[in-house]
Amino acid sequence: MTPEIGHFALALAFALALIQSVLPLMGANRGMLLWMQSARATSIGQLVLVGIAFGALMKSFIVSDFTVINVASNSHSLKPMLYKIAGTWGSHEGSLLLWVLILTLFGAGVSLFGANIPETLKARTLAVQAWISTGFLSFMLLTSNPFDRVFPPPADGNDLNPLLQDVGLALHPPFLYLGYVGFSIVFSFAVAALLEGRIDAAWARWVRPWTLAAWVFLTAGIVLGSWWAYYELGWGGWWFWDPVENVSFMPWLLGTALLHSAIVTEKRDAFKSWTILLAILTFSLSLLGTFVVRSGLLTSVHAFAVDPERGLYILFLLALSIGGSLALYAWRAPMMEAGGLFKPISREAGLLVNNLILGTATGTVLFGTLYPLFLEAVTGDKISVGAPFFNATFVPMMLPLVLLMGMGPFLSWKRADLAGVLQRVRFIALASIVVTLVIWYIQEGGPLLAYISILLAVWLLFATLREWAMRIRLFDVSFTDAMRRARNLPRASHGMTMAHAGLALAMFGFIGSSAWKTEEVVFVAPGTTIEIAGFDVMFEGVERVRGPNYFADRGTLKVTRKGQAVTTLFPERRYYPIAESSTTESAIRSTLAGDLYASIAEPASEDAELSGAWTLRILYEPLVNFIWIGSALLMLGGGLSLTDRRLRVGAPKRARTTSATPTPAE
Amino acid sequence: MTRTLAFLPLFIAVVFGGFFLWGLNPDRDPNEIPSVLISQPAPEFELDPVVGVETPGLSRSDLAGNGTPVVLNVFASWCVPCRAEHAVLTSLVERDGIQLFGINYKDKPADAARWLSELGNPYSRIGSDLSGRAGIEWGISGVPESFIIGEDGTVLYRYVGPVVGEAAISKFREALVQAGALEREEP
Repeated sequence: MTPEIGHFALALAFALALIQSVLPLMGANRGMLLWMQSARATSIGQLVLVGIAFGALMKSFIVSDFTVINVASNSHSLKPMLYKIAGTWGSHEGSLLLWVLILTLFGAGVSLFGANIPETLKARTLAVQAWISTGFLSFMLLTSNPFDRVFPPPADGNDLNPLLQDVGLALHPPFLYLGYVGFSIVFSFAVAALLEGRIDAAWARWVRPWTLAAWVFLTAGIVLGSWWAYYELGWGGWWFWDPVENVSFMPWLLGTALLHSAIVTEKRDAFKSWTILLAILTFSLSLLGTFVVRSGLLTSVHAFAVDPERGLYILFLLALSIGGSLALYAWRAPMMEAGGLFKPISREAGLLVNNLILGTATGTVLFGTLYPLFLEAVTGDKISVGAPFFNATFVPMMLPLVLLMGMGPFLSWKRADLAGVLQRVRFIALASIVVTLVIWYIQEGGPLLAYISILLAVWLLFATLREWAMRIRLFDVSFTDAMRRARNLPRASHGMTMAHAGLALAMFGFIGSSAWKTEEVVFVAPGTTIEIAGFDVMFEGVERVRGPNYFADRGTLKVTRKGQAVTTLFPERRYYPIAESSTTESAIRSTLAGDLYASIAEPASEDAELSGAWTLRILYEPLVNFIWIGSALLMLGGGLSLTDRRLRVGAPKRARTTSATPTPAE
Repeated sequence: MTRTLAFLPLFIAVVFGGFFLWGLNPDRDPNEIPSVLISQPAPEFELDPVVGVETPGLSRSDLAGNGTPVVLNVFASWCVPCRAEHAVLTSLVERDGIQLFGINYKDKPADAARWLSELGNPYSRIGSDLSGRAGIEWGISGVPESFIIGEDGTVLYRYVGPVVGEAAISKFREALVQAGALEREEP
């Protein structure tokens, strides 16, 4: 019964989406308030109905109802409860339901919290949002019904892919989708503005919190995925430039550009058509990601089960939404008048360069990701584009951005005093060089690029802190006075400092674990000792242990340093008999200085198994935890900005801002 | 001007869409990556020997004129599957008399030397590809990869990944038989 309720709720949600696609729009065109306000009821209704459907699917997973195909092929009665629940979004159908749930969540969010948005803009935005949910609800009902039954039901399920049975990965899709799909509302705002033919500072102010929320969630989703890859895949890598990673990274890059260009639109009424274009393209890239993952277009480690019919349907939806919005853009964008003027050295110019670099970087990742497809279509040759391409193109492109990032917040709007700014950052630059030289002296050796990157990361950290100190006039006034100033600063301003400093810290992690990683891959028999990065790691042997739905070979490694016991590591190799696959569970000793990381692979030959010898991979990854600390600061910074009262209260006026006084730094 | 520029995103999106539509062809398998080198002469390269290993270095000219097709294996000491594959390659050399050449890909010479002395050295020649330049010439997508090269220096076959496990070994042996480097085994 439960699955049928879910199916029925989906169909009702589809009907509501159809109504919401038309009625509010007609209301906005004819000035009929009641029709416009109908969007409030329908958008909340959609959320409730899709929520019921999602709950129904989750209940089927919790009670292991194997009459539902989706449950039978992705769950197992012995699976721990957490992963039964996570199985709800572990398959193509289930994750699509989550996708739509979040789509309706953001629509309802605008209805509930968008009291200060003018009725016409709100009605049009919600109508556009409903177009998207109409498309995806029909896709689900027609090709990917998660509630399909099977008869006779199997005695037990096929189990979820064991790699995915992990806390980090159970939470990864919800966050990723909250980000990915969250950009849908920004897209809807942009299309509504194009329909209305009106974009001004107030528009940017309404859109910014939604962009920021989506961006924070997307950051969380990407970081969770990366963290999972780091400890679960047994390689000790945190980013592989896999197509599926790239398609989640591209909306993040462009979303970051959008966050910054929307500031210019809000404060200076400039970059209008550019901000609109970014809003459209960011969500377009999210849709592209959904398409790539579900169509089997590119070769990747984590694509869903491939079905050309589904791929065609999504491509059709893409053509409608992306093609339609870009056509509207081509028609309407030239009519938008340019906003405030600015000099080549100014906050606006800095943010313009930021946008150019982020846009180019996104283009580069997009090109690298899709190049194999283009080449195959044109010449028939099949190639793969991997990490070397992206490291050689993306990294050098980001370094100038980091240089600029340190400088940007010092620049004032309209026209900045370059000499004054340079004077302020002189000591910061000098201090960064000194710190880098000290690191170089301690480390002795390593690639030049690593030192350049370290220099820039230190520069960014110092410059960000210096700018913050300047704003609260730390050292100029008494400490209590400075703290009072800090309290009075808008939260968004602290948020920026936090996010920029977070990126600097994350960079230390990126650099340390790439340039100074040491790795040993060895055959070991019990009693062997391996020396790595000052640690002595003794392999004591492997024993067989049992988990709820798996067996595991657990190795024991005694770690000592200079004769002092440090810790004992237990890397595992798990075998899941029902899913017939195995996973590695690495063991990690984490400190701020670096991670000692161990994983065992299967015995490489049968002889080795008899002798008790195993393949052991031991890595030392310096500074790797700074990646997670830095990312956490990025998210906290974004979250803090989101709580800024300027974004919540005080309905912005829809008048042209003509104030020439420099606005407080953001 | 602005008008034309505003159409640019739409134009690019339409071009992308065309490629996507083409890419959805159900007969297409993106996971299969054959080498563009098949039936082509092997690419030019010249590699020094691995420092600390007595085996001589490897260049393009060594691959041709051996009287029989040869196997070129790209390996590295940091690559776990290479360890597993090593035993298979050794048996091909020792049991079947296959001539095996190696490219030691982006590997520290000291590590490679230690690896070879630990596991044994079935290679007749090994080129040290520290920069990865030869790897680019050969268009490798990862390590290990193995190529079969005809006696005239033509690339006959490419195998991506380790030749480990029954299925992979029989596939690779079949390719060797096709190339004429092995007699077909009587079942």
